[in-house]
This record gives sequence, structure tokens and C-alpha cells, in this order.
Amino acid sequence: MLAPVVHILPLTTIRRERLLPVPGRIAVHVDQRVNSLDVVAEAHFGEEHLLVDVARTLGVRADAAQNLIQVKAGDLISQGDVIARRAGLVPRIIRAPCSGQAILIGAGQVLMEIGETRFELRAGIPGTVTRQISDRGVEITFNGALVQGVWGNGQMNIGLMLPMLSSPEEPLAARQLDVSLRGAVLLASYCNDPAALQTAGELPVRGIILGSMSPALIPQALQARYPIILVDGFGQRPLNSAAYQLLTTNAKCETTLNAVPLDRQTGVRPEIFIPLQVTQEAPLPREVETLAPEQPVRLRRDPHAGAIGTLISLRPGLTIMPSGLRVAAAEVRLDSGEQVLAPLANLEVLW
Amino acid sequence: MPGSLVNTDSLLAVDVGTVTTRAALFDVVEGFYRFIASGHAPTTAAAPFKDLSEGVRQAIENLQIVTRRKFLGEDLRLIMPANEGKGVDTFAATLSAGPAVKTVVVGLLDDVSLESTLRLARTVYTRVVDTIGLNDKRKPEQQIDSLLRLQPDLILFAGGTDNGATRSVEHLMETIGLACYLLPAEKRPALLFAGNAKLAEKIKSGLQPLTSSLSVSPNLRPNLETEDLQPAQHALTKLYTQIRRGQMNGVDELNTWAGDTLMPTACAEGRIIRFLSQVYDSRKGILGVDLGASAATVAAAFGGELTLGVYPQLGLGEGLANLLRYTSLEEILKWIPLDISAEAVQSYLHQKSIYPTSLPATPEDLAIEQALARQILSVALNSVAKDFPRRVRHASPGLTPYFEPILAGGSVITRAPALGQSLLILLDAIQPVGITTIILDQNNLLPALGAAASRNSILPVQVLESGAFLGLATVVAPYVNAQLGTPVLHGRLVYQNGNESRLDIKLGALEVLPLPVGQSGRLYLQPLHHADVGFGPGQTRDSGIPVTGTALGVVIDARGRPLRFPTDAERRRAIIKKWLWTLGG
Repeated sequence: MLAPVVHILPLTTIRRERLLPVPGRIAVHVDQRVNSLDVVAEAHFGEEHLLVDVARTLGVRADAAQNLIQVKAGDLISQGDVIARRAGLVPRIIRAPCSGQAILIGAGQVLMEIGETRFELRAGIPGTVTRQISDRGVEITFNGALVQGVWGNGQMNIGLMLPMLSSPEEPLAARQLDVSLRGAVLLASYCNDPAALQTAGELPVRGIILGSMSPALIPQALQARYPIILVDGFGQRPLNSAAYQLLTTNAKCETTLNAVPLDRQTGVRPEIFIPLQVTQEAPLPREVETLAPEQPVRLRRDPHAGAIGTLISLRPGLTIMPSGLRVAAAEVRLDSGEQVLAPLANLEVLW
Repeated sequence: MPGSLVNTDSLLAVDVGTVTTRAALFDVVEGFYRFIASGHAPTTAAAPFKDLSEGVRQAIENLQIVTRRKFLGEDLRLIMPANEGKGVDTFAATLSAGPAVKTVVVGLLDDVSLESTLRLARTVYTRVVDTIGLNDKRKPEQQIDSLLRLQPDLILFAGGTDNGATRSVEHLMETIGLACYLLPAEKRPALLFAGNAKLAEKIKSGLQPLTSSLSVSPNLRPNLETEDLQPAQHALTKLYTQIRRGQMNGVDELNTWAGDTLMPTACAEGRIIRFLSQVYDSRKGILGVDLGASAATVAAAFGGELTLGVYPQLGLGEGLANLLRYTSLEEILKWIPLDISAEAVQSYLHQKSIYPTSLPATPEDLAIEQALARQILSVALNSVAKDFPRRVRHASPGLTPYFEPILAGGSVITRAPALGQSLLILLDAIQPVGITTIILDQNNLLPALGAAASRNSILPVQVLESGAFLGLATVVAPYVNAQLGTPVLHGRLVYQNGNESRLDIKLGALEVLPLPVGQSGRLYLQPLHHADVGFGPGQTRDSGIPVTGTALGVVIDARGRPLRFPTDAERRRAIIKKWLWTLGG
């Protein structure tokens, strides 16, 4: 059976395309090293539009209005510039109410683009630019440790990672947070304390990595100006043992949190990057697996949600679970040594 | 090459859902169409595959293993027509995978064209992100900016009765045209125009070059009094496939295999429900409900008139994270027979949203999942009920209309550990009134039959009568305005062999009269206190009602309509457990 794959890798190579939503300018060159916050490309587009209805304002037909319009598509217009003029005993003039650019003229109307939005595309991943994609973006190659999460609050930042836990079960509490943590990326097991997120924002920290979080904190987490990544999901689940081991091993390393929301369609997911110096590139991780014995797996649902183990065997036929459901299942030996049954649908391969 | 289903034999039907891709084989056995077998595989439309072909091929390969018949050639292409025991004569496909189509609805008056267009949007997997109409206070340029910001996949545009308003529609067309012009070519939406027929040519010439695909259908409001969604629905189905072809790899190939007849799963379900309503007793409606990861679908048909509601926001998959926008935790908790906290339910919603393909392994998770199924179906049914024709018969306003039968699909219902659980989910969510038969589509065949129905009307009828669906129960649900505990019904079931079972039913009770599959009997009901079992208050049919055996027999659901629960949580949980126990769940 095909299985989803999640990456918790001490050393890997990742290649990612970073693309602008519209054509723009690329700001970096091939072989340039970038950190995740660097702008790699930018685009400019109008913030909003203004429709000047010359025909209606001057009380003429659309075709007649065309002859009265004084600007062309592409013209830059300053506030007060004449847009249209009607001669006569009492001349009437339409002036631009604000500055902008005429982008379309027709049917006795002028469509202006006003204001300007500058869109900056950040690298999102630390690494080396390995390819430019004409007008649209770049490919960046990363070498180092990677932990993929399941939920992110949309923010991104870099900082030194400081574990706030002595075991994978230890929750994050406000009383643990003091000024010495300013600018750090915090690693904790779970959080159900709104004050902890509040205090973290006030310090401020550069990010928080959690195994899980109470869903009641979602609105607050989405308001936070620092990235929050959940590695295992929602509830009060300890940080999974594989992520705990990898992240605590890399304590005090520079860590990038790209807390983009999970998108199953595109495969975009929140990620934690710890760049490492390598003399030779590690292999690219596999994205597709078929469930088989000896694979490291993570259980995705209760009663062992987040637990890491090794797939021992795939059960033939269907197995009745404690819920009563008959499902294709596997035997899994958890890292704790316990052997459990799990529906195949609740497993993902750790790679 | 794809051929007509008429005069041919076997049919292979593939349904690509968000989680599972299913391939079902139908063939002629002893002169009748029969469902033969099905093969399943995980859907591969999303990352990392991003191509649904892989899941389709795996589902067909699994079917090959089950049937020991080869459908795919060495080149992994479908062998069609069948030849020397290999391949299949015809192929049909349905699709519900993928995120809901981001849609902007444009019309004139809120309660005329906009309302009809919103109803049209609900017949496929859409998410309406904006509506633009005459009462819209925004300036045209603000509407343009909204369209540019939202970048819809689809614009549904109606307005003006035939030979009615043109100027207002033209203004809206200009706004849409300007926005589409400003969008990058690869981000331009598809557009369906179903407004004033007089403007059809103008819309075509003006907007065709500015949209990714443009379709014009007859006016859905040809005059103020008439709403005719059917032609627009047909066009929307085609356009939906067109949009998916641009969004998802593998759709093209699937559509080619299906001879350009690929359709949204919900539309196929709607089609078969409408078809059945023309075949069955026209005095009652036919109801089809399906609860999948991608959406909740409710299809109700009354004498050939279909009301279809597709609710992607109410799917049991990724959408769960936002479910509490449409209902409350209390409404979900009230269905749970175990002592589970609100926070646990909230965590469940978010965890399942992250892992929509995962399954409940613990009794607690199953209880939450089934509670969600009840509440979601209830919300969906209440929503679609607003669109039912006015003439439908109810025991009382606000109650579920009379339906016979009720067909249910979706693995949370059909794969429940016990049939009693399946039935109780449906009874709780739908709260049927009168006498009805509940049928489970355990093999997810309704979409396949719907996809095949337009080309082969014999196949669905013969398959439906073949036992491929599971008759779950004959339900008698009296409606009466009385105190709990009041006697409301005497029931007597006379079996074929002359034996009898009798029941005296009080309001609040749930009782079962066994009548196994293969047996039949006659049910005599004597309503008390003006209870209505579908014949009017206090009325009955003296000659009795013929009933055929089902998995759970005759179930008398006299718990009251609408259902009311004890306010005390412990008593509420106890009563739900009692109901489950009664039904063998």
C-alpha cells in the first residue's frame, strides 16, 4: 500500500523552487548562498484600481467620450492631471483624483492602477541558489537536517534553537520564559498555556517548535508575529521521539522555521531547517513509499498518535481494531518497546 | 475507443474520491446486469504524485486481482472494447478529488438570479468566495480588485429574464471582462453564463478571449416565476471537468477513457436519485446522502425534480478544521455516548483535518467520528431543505419530508462496525418521518450507476434490484404532538408463515421487529393520539403495509420529531447507549 512520507532527517539535500505569483525581477544569482529571510525575487503590481467613467461624467456617449480622453494606456498620471476635456462655452475637465498609471482605455472609461504593492519573495529555505527560473524565481538547494511539521502559523524566522524540555513530554509554560530567551527559537513538547505564547511574543522569541498544541490556542498562534510549527498535531501529545532526538542534538544551532500552512495538494508543509556544512551532498529524500516491514513509521492517530516505531509486519486481510472497524493493519514496535496494531491508513513512513 | 453503453455488456466505472479511488465492474450475468467486484487504491491526485492516474491504475489492478480479468494492457492503457476475456466494453468515471472550485457568483437581484446562481453553485464542488450583484454597494473598480485578489477558478454569471434587463447585465459583464483582462493569462477563470438569452452572443464575443473556458447555457431564470437549473447544471458539469483538467494531472486521460463523459461524483449521484424518483412512488421523495472526505452531498428528488446540495465545507476530511463555522461543539457533543471533553473533540477536528485519510482506531475516536457524521448530515440536510419544492409533503413544517427510500453512502456510515450504528447515524441525522426503507450503498455504486444512467437506463435498474445494495431497515417514524411516554402506536407484523409480532409503542421508544432478508410480511399500524405515520394524523392503511426483509428488520422510531435529549449529560449518554443497544450497535 502506498504510504505518505514525512521527513525527519539528520542530513539530507532538499531542492525547492521559489516562484513569484506574477513575473518580476530575480534578485540573486546562481551559486549565491542565501538564508531563508533573504529576498530572492520581487515583483511590483498595482495595489488597487480606479475606473474613471468619462462618458457618464461628461454626459456623452461612450464613442464620443473616447475622443475627449487625453491620456493613453501606459501613461503615468499625477494627481490633478487632465484625464479628459470637453470643449465648449463651459469647458468641462476631468482630473485624476490621485496618481497612478492608465492601464486600459475603452468604452469611454479610463482604468487606472493606483498605489503600488511590492511583493518580496523570500528564500524560505537556507541554501545555495542552484537555478534561476526566468522572471519567476529560483531553485534553492539546502543541505542539513530537516524536520517536517503538520501545522504552521504562516510566519518565518531564524534563530538559535534552545530546547525548553528535558524530556519529550515537558510542556511549555510562561514561567519558563525570561529575557535570556529573546531572539531564540524555542523547542518544547506541547503548549496549552495562552500566557506562554503571549510572553514569547513579548520577549520576543524568533519561533517556537512544538510537538502539539491545544486547538484553543489556534487564534492566538495565528496572530503571533513569530513562527510556530507543530510537528505532530493538536492536543497534548509529546514531541515525537525522532524529532526530539534530532532537534535536541542540534541545540543552539541556527535554525530556520518556515511555518507555512500545510497544503496537501501541492505538498507544501511547515519545515524546520538546520543547515550543516557538507563535503558531499546527501541523497535527496524519497517522497513516495510502499509500506513494508522494517520501515520506520509514525502513528498519526490515537491511541499512539505521534509515536515512532518500526513496522514489523503487514497483517493479511482485515483486522478488527478496538473501535470495531475492520481495516488493513500492521504490527508496529514502538520506540518504547511496546508492540501495537495500527491501521495502515494511520501510518506514515519516516524518511 | 469509448463506445456507447447500449447494446454492450461490461462496464468499468472509476470514482476518484479525495481519499480513495474505486474501480467497480458491472457485467451481464444470466441476462441481467450485475455488480461483479470492486478494487480500491489510495487517490494520488495530491502531492507527492500530483497525478490521479497512478491511483486509478492501482485500483484497476486491484480489481484485476479480484476478478482475475485483465483490464489494462502492457502499456497500462485500458483494453476497450473487451476482447477474448480481456478488457471492458464501456468505461465511466466520476471525480470528487481536489479542493473545492473557487467560485464567484454574479447576478442581478439577490432573491432572483443571485439566489438561483448560488443554488447552481451548490450542485458541484464549489466554494463561493464572493457574490456580485445590483445591490452590491462596492464600486466597479472595487469589484474588479476583489476578483483580482481572489483569482477565482470559476465565475457563475446570470441575470436578467429572457428579453428582460440587458444594461445592468452588460455593466456586470464589463466589470468581469476588465478583471479577467488584468489577470495573468494562466490565472483567468472559466465562466458560465446562464442569464438573459438575448445577451448570449455578446457575452461569448466579449468574454471568450478573456476566460480560460466559456460556456453559455439557457437562462436559469427565464422569467421571474420560473427557475430551471437543469441546463445550467449540465453545462456546469462540463465546465467543472474542464477546470479540473487544467488543475489536476490525469483528468484528461480519465476523461478520454470515459469518452468525454467524466462528471463530478455528486452530479452522478444526483442523476441516479432523480432517475429513481421517476421509477418509484412519486408521492414521496427519494433521498440520497453521501458523506465523504471531500464533501457532504444531499440529493433529494420529487417526481423527477432534483434538489442537489454539495457541501465541500462539510466534508469529513480537510474541511473539518473549519467545521465549527457551520455548527457548534455542543451540537456535536450531544451525539456522543461516551464522556469525551469538548477539547478532545476540537483536537479531533484538527487532527483529522491534517490526516484526512486516517481512521478511528479507538472507541472514543469512533464515537467522535460518528457524532460528526450525524451533525454534518443534519446541517447539510437542513441547508438543502430550503431548496425543496414547495409542494413536497411533510407531517409538519420544519420536519423532514416523506422519503421512500433513503439511500446512504460514505464509509463512515456504510463501514461502521455494526449495522445498528449505521442506522442510528442515519435516523439521528435525517430524522425521517412516516414509513421508509433505508438502503446502504456499501460498494459506493451510486456514482457509477449515475454516470452510466444517461447511456444505459437498464443497467442502474437491474443493478439496484440485484442485491448489490444492502437493505438496512424498514423504518416507521410516527409524528405526534404528545408527552414522552404517551402510547402512540400499536404495531403488528404478520410474517409470511402467519406468525405475528406485536408492539405497543410509547413516545420516546425505539423498537425493532425482526424481519430477516429473504422474508416478507405485512405491517398493521394503529396510530394513537393522532400520530401520523405518513397517512395523515391518526390515519392508517387497514389492509396493512407490505414489508420485505432487511438486515435489521422493521424499526419503529418513536423517539419524537425533532429529537430531544435529556439536559443531563449522563442521562443523555445513557439514552444514546440504549438506542445503540436496541439496534444491536
